[in-house]
Amino acid sequence: MSDSKIVDTAARSSTASAKSAPLEGRRARRRASTLSTGDRVFLGFTTGSALLIMLILAGVAIFLIVKALPAIVADWPTDPELHAGPTLAFGNFWAYVAPLLWGTLWVSAIAIVIATPVAIGIALFISHYSPRRLAGILGSLVDLLAAVPSVVFGLWGIIVIRPFLRPLGDFLNHYLGWIPIFAGQPSSTGSTILAGSVVLAVMILPIITSISREVFLQTPRLNEEAALALGATQWEMIRVAVFPYARSGMVSAILLGLGRALGETMAIALIISPSIVFSVRILTEGGNSQTIAANIALNFPIATSLQRDALIGTGLLLFVVSFGVNILARYILGATGPGAASRRARREKKAALSA
Amino acid sequence: MSKRIEVRDLNVYYSDFLALEDVSLQIEPRSVTAFIGPSGCGKSTLLRTLNRMHEVVPGAHVEGEVLIGGNDVYAPGVDPVLVRRQVGMVFQRPNPFPTMSIRENVLAGVKLNNHKISKADSDNLVESSLKGANLWEEVQDRLHKPGASLSGGQQQRLCIARAIAVSPEVVLMDEPCSALDPISTLAIEDLIEELKQEYTIVIVTHNMQQAARVSDKTAFFNIAGAGKPGKLIEYDDTDTIFSRPSVQATEDYVSGRFG
Amino acid sequence: MTTSVGNGPSRAPVTSTFTDAHLPRLIEVWLLLASAVMSGAALLLVGFNPAVWAVATAALYVIAIGVSSRLVENARKANDRVARALVTITFLLAIVPLVSALWTVLVKGIGQLSWSFISQTGQARFNPTTLEVTRTPGALQAVVGTFEITGIATLISVPIGLLAAIYLVEYALTTSHLRRVVTFLVDVMTGIPSIVAGLFAFSLFTLVVGPKAFSGLSAAIALSVLMIPIVVRSSEEMLRLVPTDLREASYALGVTKSVTIIKIVLRTAIPGIVTGIVLAVARVVGETAPVFIAASFTDNFNADPFNGPQQTLAVLAYTGYKFPGKDIAASNQEAWGSALLLVIIVILFNIIARVVARIFAPKSR
Repeated sequence: MSDSKIVDTAARSSTASAKSAPLEGRRARRRASTLSTGDRVFLGFTTGSALLIMLILAGVAIFLIVKALPAIVADWPTDPELHAGPTLAFGNFWAYVAPLLWGTLWVSAIAIVIATPVAIGIALFISHYSPRRLAGILGSLVDLLAAVPSVVFGLWGIIVIRPFLRPLGDFLNHYLGWIPIFAGQPSSTGSTILAGSVVLAVMILPIITSISREVFLQTPRLNEEAALALGATQWEMIRVAVFPYARSGMVSAILLGLGRALGETMAIALIISPSIVFSVRILTEGGNSQTIAANIALNFPIATSLQRDALIGTGLLLFVVSFGVNILARYILGATGPGAASRRARREKKAALSA
Repeated sequence: MSKRIEVRDLNVYYSDFLALEDVSLQIEPRSVTAFIGPSGCGKSTLLRTLNRMHEVVPGAHVEGEVLIGGNDVYAPGVDPVLVRRQVGMVFQRPNPFPTMSIRENVLAGVKLNNHKISKADSDNLVESSLKGANLWEEVQDRLHKPGASLSGGQQQRLCIARAIAVSPEVVLMDEPCSALDPISTLAIEDLIEELKQEYTIVIVTHNMQQAARVSDKTAFFNIAGAGKPGKLIEYDDTDTIFSRPSVQATEDYVSGRFG
Repeated sequence: MTTSVGNGPSRAPVTSTFTDAHLPRLIEVWLLLASAVMSGAALLLVGFNPAVWAVATAALYVIAIGVSSRLVENARKANDRVARALVTITFLLAIVPLVSALWTVLVKGIGQLSWSFISQTGQARFNPTTLEVTRTPGALQAVVGTFEITGIATLISVPIGLLAAIYLVEYALTTSHLRRVVTFLVDVMTGIPSIVAGLFAFSLFTLVVGPKAFSGLSAAIALSVLMIPIVVRSSEEMLRLVPTDLREASYALGVTKSVTIIKIVLRTAIPGIVTGIVLAVARVVGETAPVFIAASFTDNFNADPFNGPQQTLAVLAYTGYKFPGKDIAASNQEAWGSALLLVIIVILFNIIARVVARIFAPKSR
């Protein structure tokens, strides 16, 4: 909360000081001249660490590209390593990765559809419905959900969620089987996309909840009181004062949840019984679309060298996609997040005054 | 469209803490009543008990009665939502809804109560409410701009327009000018003078000149010390309070000898 | 609401403009009970199932409260009540998987936890007469690997993360390009899929060291990629909480900037920073995919983090299920045992973090 304020003032002071560039130059020179040796060493270390972070991230991209390149450029049908095992059926890298990308997006999308209403409900409960004294405890209870290792949720999914959802799967398949996503031969083990997505939804609940809760709590008290004083019920107050204020925050919360879901490996690898296909079915056995991360986890130990390079190539694509989703989320949160409305208003007011 | 307010033997608590003790007073319709007193004396608390806004603070509760137009606001079965719909409120700092335009802000309360309102009706309502708040001239050509794009004084008048758009019986104002510059303050004070023709107005103010300028009657509140409950010390015509108060503490306060 | 009994003529709620038709005060409780009883009774006819019962009760309650409020009160109140019911239900819904998952791990894992499970590696025994391989579950190699890999990752991440945070808060001008870039990259780094971090470390080591370069160090570097942004973020937040007055007071005494940061700023912020670091450790100790990619997995005891595959508890929980040995039952047992051990460690770290925060918190709070 204080962070966004700091950023806000930072943004304003940057526009102010941009006009007074000479002043800033003076300031910089003064800084340099007054540094003692100890100061200079310390400054070097801290700046070096900051630069190292840039280096690491660049390293991630470069090493993945270098390692993946041989598999991406290879001629798959004639290559002895790639024309075998898990990569046998594919003509080239893109034919291999496309259905995996589809599966990743599809499974994550279903998880988001399941998780979003629940997460927003939880966030509202904590911020606006629970007794204030309990809010902290309830919040950390949800945060505890984020602390549980994903492999534990995966194992839990295998023995609890799979059998639990089987009757629901059978029901949906029997009565709504004419809808493509429920079609096909229903799974007898429950190793379906439905089960995987439900576990995935549980795992992304905390991230969506905590960000939504934060933006809900940031709703200015004055706006809430204005709504209540007009005779709004609690729910109307939330709709009039809280949701409009928090809308962009909720969108980026969902996007960050999506980013988390895209890269989640263990729950999917343990639960879903997959194949590398384009399929929307979520109740079948074997015909479930596979995700990039789970495909890597399942095949990496048994893959040959060049097959591993192909898997690294798919990982590179996963990196790029979740990179994009995260940037979008941060952009929305930064550009239109809490405080942005008043920032925009200030800008407009300034424009009106100068006009 | 204006009602008498009667407060009888009111005690206000925040959890166990007694914030305001044994207040009784009567406020006449179509008048302006000012609550004055040092910080923490409970004047804002009393104002908020008139439309049950104090309940926003968890653990707040009252003993006693508040009658508006003869109906007890605290009778069993009373819905605070219904109370607030008939008692408008203007806050210390202007608080237009930041995501709504000027027009939407004025209509916010009406939209809550009645989802279907014709375009013509809402146009009329927006115009009459903004005129009532002396804001129409300034904003009529930019009704679709965000409410937050107005100046502080304009925003506060927008909030007043929003409050009177639902035709309340009473308008409560909680230090409505404390965040405004002198010129905007003057505009609001003129507006209060006009609104008095139609509404019962109760205003909390820190500014004694303002109380003297706008109000017909004045209530002075005080506390004996930190942690003690606030009390109503004296309630009388504004002239009397400021020229010949009957209690020494009131005289000390209005003459600036303490507080 | 406490209201003294009044005797004025006005105390007749029927005529009040502030009252409206309304449901009795405890209607929620009664409707909930009724919903539970009715759905329970209906289920008894077709076969009782606690999960279905809970869902049916919730659904019935939402419908009942909505309909009765709409009939007796009005649509606005009905919406308000339904919203309240739904929001409360979603919260309860979130608690179910938490409790269920922890309970499952406890029940399944408690039987495996013994001193020998922690102090031995899995022992396979071949029975020549039945030709069966039996296995005594053991997780020593995973316990050692977990602490070594997480420890090295912490040693790498904490200095880098903390120093970078100090740069961002104390040194970088708000207008500095480096500051903006680093802040942005830290944001991006928090979103790196954990398996990608593993692939990065694997690529780095195979390209630099050569093929078959699995090692604990490689896994630790993968975890560092995940841990550094968490440390930067939490440290940054804590440093920003230190009031500017403290820094200025120190400068006014003629103290240099670096000494001010170390002696004043860090000393003030250290409990929060430690809490953040412990939570970051708790986050990465449960990571499976990156470790499994970078350090592979093994049943053999290997305490050397610089050479050869290493195992961690999280990876054992995964491989015990997905890549079991000959004795599948024993592998599964190892999986559950190490999952429980992992959960215990994670919870311990979370408790430690909170205790640190509580003990060293400034007295005013």
